[in-house]
Amino acid sequence: MLAIALLVFREVLEAALIVSIVAAATRGVPYRGTALLTGIGAGVLGAGLVALGADRIAALFSGAGQEVFNAGVLLAAVLMIAWHVIWMSSHARELSARVQGVGYAVRAGTSPLTVLVAVVALAVLREGSEIVLFLYGMLAGGASYPGTGLGLGLAAGAAVGALLYFGLLRIPMRHFFGATNALLVLLAAGLAADAMTFLVQANLLPALGEPFWDTAALLDERSLPGQVLHVLVGYTARPAPVQALAWLVTVLLLGAGMRIAGRSSRRMPTARRVMTG
Amino acid sequence: MQPRTIRMLPAVFAFAAIAATRVAGAADPPTFRLAIVNHRFEPATLVIPADTKVRLVIENRDATPEEFESNEFNREKIILPNSSAVVFVGPLRAGQYRFFGEFNPATAQGVLRVE
Repeated sequence: MLAIALLVFREVLEAALIVSIVAAATRGVPYRGTALLTGIGAGVLGAGLVALGADRIAALFSGAGQEVFNAGVLLAAVLMIAWHVIWMSSHARELSARVQGVGYAVRAGTSPLTVLVAVVALAVLREGSEIVLFLYGMLAGGASYPGTGLGLGLAAGAAVGALLYFGLLRIPMRHFFGATNALLVLLAAGLAADAMTFLVQANLLPALGEPFWDTAALLDERSLPGQVLHVLVGYTARPAPVQALAWLVTVLLLGAGMRIAGRSSRRMPTARRVMTG
Repeated sequence: MQPRTIRMLPAVFAFAAIAATRVAGAADPPTFRLAIVNHRFEPATLVIPADTKVRLVIENRDATPEEFESNEFNREKIILPNSSAVVFVGPLRAGQYRFFGEFNPATAQGVLRVE
């Protein structure tokens, strides 16, 4: 039971941290609760389907299907986060005004909700499919109290996520979206680095040499802080150069994109007022 | 505008990936084998050469899935019951690197000795 709780906790933790950041980043957006639940639901459903089709996925790309699938899911999430943070940069003032109760309407079709719901769904799908396969193995092996283990793991993972969420809410409103945007950028950079690891594992991408640094003695990735930092900022104890490169490229590209979007939105104040009012 | 550059990111990565395999495909990495039997790795210690990329074939002979994982050389792959999977590892510096079966960590523990 404890083994089940521990594994479920590890997997849920990753998804829960991502859901928490998304929940914070969509603060003040109408129907965000429903949207998040839809994302989680779609992810759970997808996780079941992925687990069912695991053998078919594994056989794709001459045995590299699992890696290509994981890398694809991760890079899709990176793109959606990129879209969101850039969109946010061009609507930052309008959004924080709305959260403060001024009551602007979000222009139809440009709500940041849709893409972030997809990010939630993808995170839940990835971690959830591992839980499903693991539980299948445990049930086949006659594990005791699998339901209790599952429940405990879920609850503990969700609790850490909630802790992060309520911590984020304490950030002053003036800095709030700046902070959640920064978190989203770091999250995206970490996911991009993870995607590279899968492609290197499948020999589709070179590692570009031996690991850049080794901080395993300082902070083990398997420890709770190590794992949390891995999800939040992409911390890796022994990163392959290609991982570090992907991390850096993502941060630079998103940073540049946000800066440009922010600048062009400031240049057209009248247009924005018309749009939001 | 910048979003377009960002949207092109996966295409850039895919290009790099394809280009890289064409170049790297010249010399095939040496193959090493590992089996999972009763939620244990056989052999529990595998010796591979330093500074070399190797092809690791892991055969799961159990009736339950296992996830081959290592935080020390950053690998994770689910290996379905009674099937094999390939994981490319390295290049790594000489040393000891632990790996484990995420689904049965109590017994599935192994060491990669790179020398």
